[in-house]
Amino acid sequence: MGLTVDHLQVCYRTLRGDVKAVDDVTFSIEDREIMGLAGESGCGKSTLGNSLVRMDVRMRQLGGHVELDGKELPISDSRAMRDFRFKEISIVPQYAMSALNPTRRVGRMVAELLKARGFDYKSALPELERRVKLVGLDADILKRYPIELSGGMKQRVVMVISTLLNPSLLIADEITSALDVSTQRAVGEMLLEFRDRNFVKTTMVITHDLSILAQVADTILVMYAGKLAEKAKADVVINNPLHPYTQLLISSLPDVGIRHDEHTLVGIPGRPPPLLNPPVGCRFRDRCPFAFDRCTDEPPFVEVKPGHSVACWLHADGALPSGGV
Amino acid sequence: MLVLDNVTKAFKTGTFGGGTLPAVRGASFEIRPGEVTSLIGESGSGKSTLGKMILRLTPVTSGTITFEGTDIATLKGKPLREYYRHVQGVFQDPFSSYNPVYRADRVFATIRHSYYPGVSADAWHERVDKTLESVGLNPVDVRDKFTHQLSGGQLQRILIARALLLDIKLLIADEIISMIDASTRVDVLNLLANLKTRGLGVLFVTHDLSLGNYISERTIILRRGAVVEMGATPKVFDNPQHEYTRMLLTSVPQLHKKWEAESGAEMEAMGATSPGQDRGRPGRYSKSSLHPLAGMRDRKGRRAQAALHEQDLAEGLLRTDTYLRTHEEVLPLVEIEEDHFVATSTGAR
Amino acid sequence: MTVLKTDEAAEKAGAPDAAVSAGSGKPRRFEFLYFALRNKKLLLGLSVVVLFVLFAVFGPLFVQHPMLNYYIPFRPPSSSFWFGTNYFGQDVFSEFVSGLRESLLVGLLGGCGATVIGMTLGFVSGYKGGLIDEALNVLCNIFLTMPVLVLLILVAGFLHHTSGLIEGILIACTTWTWSMRAIRAQTFSLVSRDFVGLARLSGEKSRQIIMREIAPNMSSYLLLVFILSFGGAILTAASLDYLGLGPTNGMSLGIMMQQASDWNSLQLHLWWWFVPPGAAITCIVGGLYLANVGLDEVFNPKLREL
Repeated sequence: MGLTVDHLQVCYRTLRGDVKAVDDVTFSIEDREIMGLAGESGCGKSTLGNSLVRMDVRMRQLGGHVELDGKELPISDSRAMRDFRFKEISIVPQYAMSALNPTRRVGRMVAELLKARGFDYKSALPELERRVKLVGLDADILKRYPIELSGGMKQRVVMVISTLLNPSLLIADEITSALDVSTQRAVGEMLLEFRDRNFVKTTMVITHDLSILAQVADTILVMYAGKLAEKAKADVVINNPLHPYTQLLISSLPDVGIRHDEHTLVGIPGRPPPLLNPPVGCRFRDRCPFAFDRCTDEPPFVEVKPGHSVACWLHADGALPSGGV
Repeated sequence: MLVLDNVTKAFKTGTFGGGTLPAVRGASFEIRPGEVTSLIGESGSGKSTLGKMILRLTPVTSGTITFEGTDIATLKGKPLREYYRHVQGVFQDPFSSYNPVYRADRVFATIRHSYYPGVSADAWHERVDKTLESVGLNPVDVRDKFTHQLSGGQLQRILIARALLLDIKLLIADEIISMIDASTRVDVLNLLANLKTRGLGVLFVTHDLSLGNYISERTIILRRGAVVEMGATPKVFDNPQHEYTRMLLTSVPQLHKKWEAESGAEMEAMGATSPGQDRGRPGRYSKSSLHPLAGMRDRKGRRAQAALHEQDLAEGLLRTDTYLRTHEEVLPLVEIEEDHFVATSTGAR
Repeated sequence: MTVLKTDEAAEKAGAPDAAVSAGSGKPRRFEFLYFALRNKKLLLGLSVVVLFVLFAVFGPLFVQHPMLNYYIPFRPPSSSFWFGTNYFGQDVFSEFVSGLRESLLVGLLGGCGATVIGMTLGFVSGYKGGLIDEALNVLCNIFLTMPVLVLLILVAGFLHHTSGLIEGILIACTTWTWSMRAIRAQTFSLVSRDFVGLARLSGEKSRQIIMREIAPNMSSYLLLVFILSFGGAILTAASLDYLGLGPTNGMSLGIMMQQASDWNSLQLHLWWWFVPPGAAITCIVGGLYLANVGLDEVFNPKLREL
């Protein structure tokens, strides 16, 4: 059960051609798992998240399929997806705060949303109030207008609303990026709480911030230039990453306590390749200090240790016979 | 070099400017040459407003900012232009810092036009190339490019190069790496830290404590527009004295250490944008501020808030926050050890 | 909103756009042309307007019967009198040609004037802010709430001799409010962008910042504002003329309508007298509106369809 994404390819159609933002992506999320999807801007992580919920008019699915709880998700059919959105899959976007209609009280907006999906607000109200209290807000908040709430409060309200129908999959897209550290922590802990209380079955946390994932995620999937780079348990990715990109990325992050005079960190030179005409072979090749001849071929994304998959020729030879993720 | 003395900033709100929203309250500190000073605060703490006041982009309500002995509020016309020769800024959003109509290297042309009209084109070209190289850019990569062809990191480096073309003594860096890709972020940070070897003073404005700790010699912690703790960075970080500083430090998500037991909601309640803690006592606020659109109906109010912070406060001005800003006493800073000051009501601990 | 949406969308779309554009150095103008040539609303609207403009420019070449000559009245359209003759025996075609010219000129004058006044006040108000903004805003609100048509009627009635020029100026002076509001709002949101702050740090003066930094970013928006003002001015002029407050000497589409209605053309079944001016006004204003909607789609990536 859970979510299974199999060889998914999604592109953006532009005037200059198709940009493959998600290129042959295969992974799965178990029930009760919080998976972190990490990567730099433009690596395709948000496109992946959005494609599971709502395809933009410019987006096209080129191949692969997605299953949720054993059912095929018709992701390229926006109308058929209507039956899944909100009930089975919910997405909380980065600026969820501005998704709230400023002229409606929060409660009324929820009522309209439920009505549109054929649910009754009155019968859902006790549960809604219970959950609002659970995240540390007053039930009174339902009678307020969005502008009366702070960014962190709004973010939490949106999360409560989007998980009200206990969806199977919650996609949280950069929900902590715009928040202060103290609020970040509250929202991060909320994700854990929702999982523990079975409000959501599987959670996908999309972020560029690995340290947030170190706090909340069970597994971390790292994407680079539209491709999967590495997937493993969170502490393994943070402490023993195998892909050179993950290694260099983590070593470039200034954790609290590191000082420039004592220990100067270095970034990764260069920038990710353009996705319009990506280079053949490993896409990290140009920036990789370990690149060798074989990197001109594309490395397969294979499991090299139990539960640890990586797309790198340095480790491909140790691939476990089963393969897959 | 640059001294702030009891600087306050109150934005006017309400149709006829009846209400005020204190954004900065009695900030006094000094920025020294050859040092990186980080100004750390959450959204709405007034950190960006302070940066803007130093850059004379927004006027000071009371108090003085003096640069090398001159009150900068008095500068106008030519002297102001000379001030900008020595004090420059780089802002948060690299894409918003460039006019999308023009190519990125136009920022150099405007500097030449205003400050070095006498320099010949060839000499100027050479100078720009040299400066670009000094910030780690290959001039060929960035010349004649539009902003969307360059990365965030490249754009911020170009802006640093732009500042270095002048006889700059102080650089205000307002959240300059928050919109750059993680893999190249630290390089821009290192570049900033290396500026001090040229004798420059840098004011590094950030919400991220780990970044402040990484590059700065001195740290200033702001909360609701007031300085609550400041001093030498190792002292503030290794021995935080103010509860707010401690709270910030425990909430920072770290790579190798999980959050400690206290819940995030409690942490947040202590934070700058504290929700709910004063609810149930609505009588404390004036009736008008309870209106759902209080302070938001007019543009002035919106501008005030937008200036306070682009994201959070622009969307919902918290009554509790306004109340605390207006009524909370600004506590004096007490030196508890050498170069370590804490706001406290009882004097030394 | 158009301008900002364009830029923001380009930034927010981030991933694909940045990846795409990194490769080639073509500016966005090329894209506008691509979408412009594929936008049916814009093409249809624009071709209608252009057709009428061409007609106004070259129409006099085809006029066979001078406007002030009198022939047999009530003549239906024929090969010698293309639009027939009116109650007095004047050639409707020649009236139509000079009426169209006059109406377009007054519309152009009123539209340009309103846009220029709106731009100036909008830029100053949005950029300067503070007291200046407040004062200009009060002025704008006064004009906005004043019943403009009534005011125009009063003024036009007061001036015994009006010409197209005066009419155009009058329209410009009373209809700039909407464009000022729109431009002020746009300026206001552009001023908060960092590049304006950076321009100040480079020692640029206010006027330079408005002209070099802000205005070029709004060029597409200014075009839309102008098109709407142009259409609005043609309509306002037609209303004034129809009320008999138009140019005292000369002809316009509105005056034609007024005369046709005064001399019972409807009851006399002289349809060829009132249909051409009425249809022309409707087509021009409708075409301008359609072109405006189309242009909005071209400039605004969110409305584009691939």
